[in-house]
Amino acid sequence: MTGTVLATELAGSLGVVDWFSRTEQWTGADGIPVRFLEHVRYSGIALALSAALAVPLGLLTGHTGRGGFLAISLANVARALPTIGVLMLVVLATGIGVTPVMVALVALAVPPILVNTYEGVRGVDPQFNDAARGMGMRGWQVLLRVELPIALPLILLGLRTAAIQVVATATVAAYVGVGGLGRFIVDGQARQQIAMVLGGALLVVLLALLVTLVFALLGRLAVAPALRGRATAVR
Amino acid sequence: MADEQFLRWEWIARNLGDPIGVRLLQHLQLSFLSILLGLLIALPAGVAAARWRRLYPPLLTGVNVLYAIPSIALFILLLPYTGLSPATAIIPLALYTLAILVPNVADGLNQVPSHVRQAAVAMGFGPLRRLLRVELPIAVPVVIAGLRVAAVATISMVSVAGLVGLGGLGQLVLSAGFQRQFPTPVVVGIALSVALALLVDGALVLLQRALTPWKRGRGPARASRTSRPFRRSGRGLSKRAPAEAPEPEGAG
Repeated sequence: MTGTVLATELAGSLGVVDWFSRTEQWTGADGIPVRFLEHVRYSGIALALSAALAVPLGLLTGHTGRGGFLAISLANVARALPTIGVLMLVVLATGIGVTPVMVALVALAVPPILVNTYEGVRGVDPQFNDAARGMGMRGWQVLLRVELPIALPLILLGLRTAAIQVVATATVAAYVGVGGLGRFIVDGQARQQIAMVLGGALLVVLLALLVTLVFALLGRLAVAPALRGRATAVR
Repeated sequence: MADEQFLRWEWIARNLGDPIGVRLLQHLQLSFLSILLGLLIALPAGVAAARWRRLYPPLLTGVNVLYAIPSIALFILLLPYTGLSPATAIIPLALYTLAILVPNVADGLNQVPSHVRQAAVAMGFGPLRRLLRVELPIAVPVVIAGLRVAAVATISMVSVAGLVGLGGLGQLVLSAGFQRQFPTPVVVGIALSVALALLVDGALVLLQRALTPWKRGRGPARASRTSRPFRRSGRGLSKRAPAEAPEPEGAG
């Protein structure tokens, strides 16, 4: 029993090497580069849309302290939404296309960004606010020049969490026929080719690792040196 | 979209028992077992990470890499080994909860004030008894904060298992709804999944209150301990405990 499992496993992993090394995998409309770029494009657009929605909302509710409870509650409900159900519902309502994928991914990505931005701004020591106001800053100046930089590590953490979730979940795009790396997973299952499923999954993990790397770099570039490592410290 | 077309109540009434009730029970079973298994792995792993600090970074990286693997792929990859059994859904989902639970258990234990630990030692508590009777109870709010995120995420993710035929509300959404171009089961599946997630979330809040009787009746400002003891009221009155605030690394 264990022998067969081990043998299948070995064959599987060898199959993956074989799958990656075949030339037809790297060219054409359903080659790895095209699918990879599709996946990056869907994930990127979904993340950008979610950030455009959630970051200002989080900054505003965090800064004024108003509507924060409502925003967090909404985020929690959104977090409970089954992505796959949302995807299929929107497909039934609007038809096949990129829109359902975007709706589902944005619903997935907004909660972590919103919650982290809100908590990041709320968590800024009020003494800093008092100091900034004492120096003559107005409300929005306090927000942009004091609260935002201090909250930035947490905001980036929220964005990274969302990005990794989006990258892993964008595979469902293949279920409604619009490509991405999920194509390999879905087709691999249909053709009973475990090597192909594994190959697709590995590419997604690779992309997620790249995302982590990009956010590490962003953190280095954008976060003030004195505030580095704060996100992990608070967490 | 006309109301009648989008949501057909008579379909719901007719199918309350078979697809709806059955799928709901499967959903509950799969998510409960996944979360339980995840917690059973995360507790010793978190305790180890808190005890041996050097273990923490590689452990965290490991659970985060696991988290980045798409769930559909994991279900499909397990299918040849475990078949259409609950294990095929439970193993990946339990692994996903680790990305949230392990850091929370470790952080919760690391936040136990050293004077409390010293007091326990002075009272003659051995390492195991200290862990079980003093340190873990103090870590309960942080652990449960993680458990809430993990539970909600798991319940919404069980739906993906339906895509590969493992049951749960996802299968209701897929086979009763999507494949027949019939929106009602899709809406029912989503609504029940959300309701289940929020119910479990609420139940965990109650559980936390039951497990931390010493926190009851005190001002919530008390909850944001150690880090900022002199927060002004108003801003400082937010209800959160420190680890509840930020999204855990691999949440959702």
